[in-house]
Amino acid sequence: MAIVELRGIEKSYTKGRETVDVLTGINLEIDEGDYLALMGPSGSGKTTLLNMIGGIDHPTSGSVVVGGESLNGMSGRALARWRSRNVGFVFQFYNLLPVLNARRNVELPLLLTKLSGKQRKKNADTALEIVGLGDRASHKPGELSGGQQQRVAIARAIVADPSLLVCDEPTGDLDRDTAEEILDLLAILNREHGKTIVMVTHDPKAADHASHVLHLDKGRLSGDAS
Amino acid sequence: MSGVGLVWSNLFRKKVRTVLTLLSVLVAFVLFTMLRSVAVAFDSGGFGPAGVDRLQVSPKFSIIDPLLISQLREVERVPGVAAVTHADWFGGIYQDSRNFFPKFPVSPKSYFEMFSEFAIDPDQLEAFQNTRTGAVAPAGMAARFGWEVGDKIPIEGDIYPKLDGSRLWEFDLVGTYLHGDRRDETGSGVFLFHYDYFDEAKQFGQGQVGWLTVRVEDPEQAAEVASAIDALFENSLNPTRTATEDEAQREFARQQGDIGLMTTGILAAVFFTILLLTGNTMAQSLRERVPELAVLKTFGFTDGSVALLVLAEAVLLGVVGGALGVGLGTLAMMAIEPQLQQFFGLIEVTWPVVASALGIALLLGLVVGSVPALTARRLSIVDALRAR
Repeated sequence: MAIVELRGIEKSYTKGRETVDVLTGINLEIDEGDYLALMGPSGSGKTTLLNMIGGIDHPTSGSVVVGGESLNGMSGRALARWRSRNVGFVFQFYNLLPVLNARRNVELPLLLTKLSGKQRKKNADTALEIVGLGDRASHKPGELSGGQQQRVAIARAIVADPSLLVCDEPTGDLDRDTAEEILDLLAILNREHGKTIVMVTHDPKAADHASHVLHLDKGRLSGDAS
Repeated sequence: MSGVGLVWSNLFRKKVRTVLTLLSVLVAFVLFTMLRSVAVAFDSGGFGPAGVDRLQVSPKFSIIDPLLISQLREVERVPGVAAVTHADWFGGIYQDSRNFFPKFPVSPKSYFEMFSEFAIDPDQLEAFQNTRTGAVAPAGMAARFGWEVGDKIPIEGDIYPKLDGSRLWEFDLVGTYLHGDRRDETGSGVFLFHYDYFDEAKQFGQGQVGWLTVRVEDPEQAAEVASAIDALFENSLNPTRTATEDEAQREFARQQGDIGLMTTGILAAVFFTILLLTGNTMAQSLRERVPELAVLKTFGFTDGSVALLVLAEAVLLGVVGGALGVGLGTLAMMAIEPQLQQFFGLIEVTWPVVASALGIALLLGLVVGSVPALTARRLSIVDALRAR
């Protein structure tokens, strides 16, 4: 069953008098529990496509349906609410709040829920345990390595138990060994926790961890390799 | 962690910068608390509660013009007048010009009858009446200077020399009196001495007084009585302006200078500077964490809630700085009030001053935070993350 359905997606930007087409004629279905890698050169539209799947960007035309809900007609407020329930985001540069320790960073998405403070803390600790950082809960990002920070970011992405994880170059800022650890972790989340993962990457070795790989070139999907 | 915890943590992202900004807000509100309290005291006359049934008859044009003691007799005959007494500004220095306190020559009996809220031992009042060089001092003032009944109090007459050319006035302290308010604790109030001695011994201005105090029979008729008194002297050499005691105290204060306007000017300059300073801090803080705010939006924080977070930081900065400033300003005011009291009367940090300070602190936060909050609200997730 498809968790993501994109139909006839077009995306263009206007730069002065010039119109730049970023995505052209994208049709894509991603099944629930899939682990998809999106590859392509810089400027090919990978991140734009990922943003649309995650509900933080709109297509110029075409329809985006995720988890059975059409994102096209949603207001900004409704989209925000939808994201808080359905999507976890992992970024290349972690984007943790430096003033908060690991537990509090992970707890952030839960501030939007009705959970009690105690329950939020418990859930945050569980998420940190899953990513192997149960003993680093009180450390601030500046006291953690890059790999550990990305683990915290992954814990933050899964703490609200979304069905979909969108990861934008999650290993782009890490060395090979640490990148492998992160990719293994994502694979575990996919395999053992049933998370659907869509990952943008430049790195063919990272893409090898995915169950499907799609290539984007000049805004067009050019093929599907398993 | 709660939303407030998040706001607080964000505020202290750059501790030194936040503490310095907080300090500048705090200092501004210390100034506000102290200057406004002085201005309020000055504007109200600051010399204690005025009698509702008392009028003050002053020279029409300036407090340095005299009235005549003979005018007192005419005022006594105005319908509606129950009693009249008089006083004058003596000036004078006790030992050192820093030992400032007001000194009035008065008629003992009528003065204490008029100001019946002052408590004096009847025997001491009688001694005051019967001793031409006699004087009475507030009990707190006597304690402050170590005076005891029977002491001679030497005062240098800087305005009024004596007939023999000397400036040394010696008074016999025959008693002390109580105001029944905080002046008894702080040692302020008025040193009173016998008008008859003053009038016969001074080199010039015989038969003159500074002002008259009138008790009316019916406070509701005070305005009519005041008009009748002024009409009586309208075409004389010593025209009068009669007002309620409260208004007269304010009028006296205004003749010293418009303290209210001066303090408002100073505070406006201070707050304008603080506005720019805290505004800059908030704008800088926002620029530094555009990607973080975008990330909050990806989690599901709405545009409004992100704007609210930013606004709350500015409000918290303003209100915490303001509250600390008001607290410190109140403590500082309590510490220096006894020294200021001789110039401005009773000074208290009143609730309206505290409330207006906190209101301004809140407003400061809202004004300073509104532009960054609006920017945060409009922040596009895609643009902000791309800029990273």
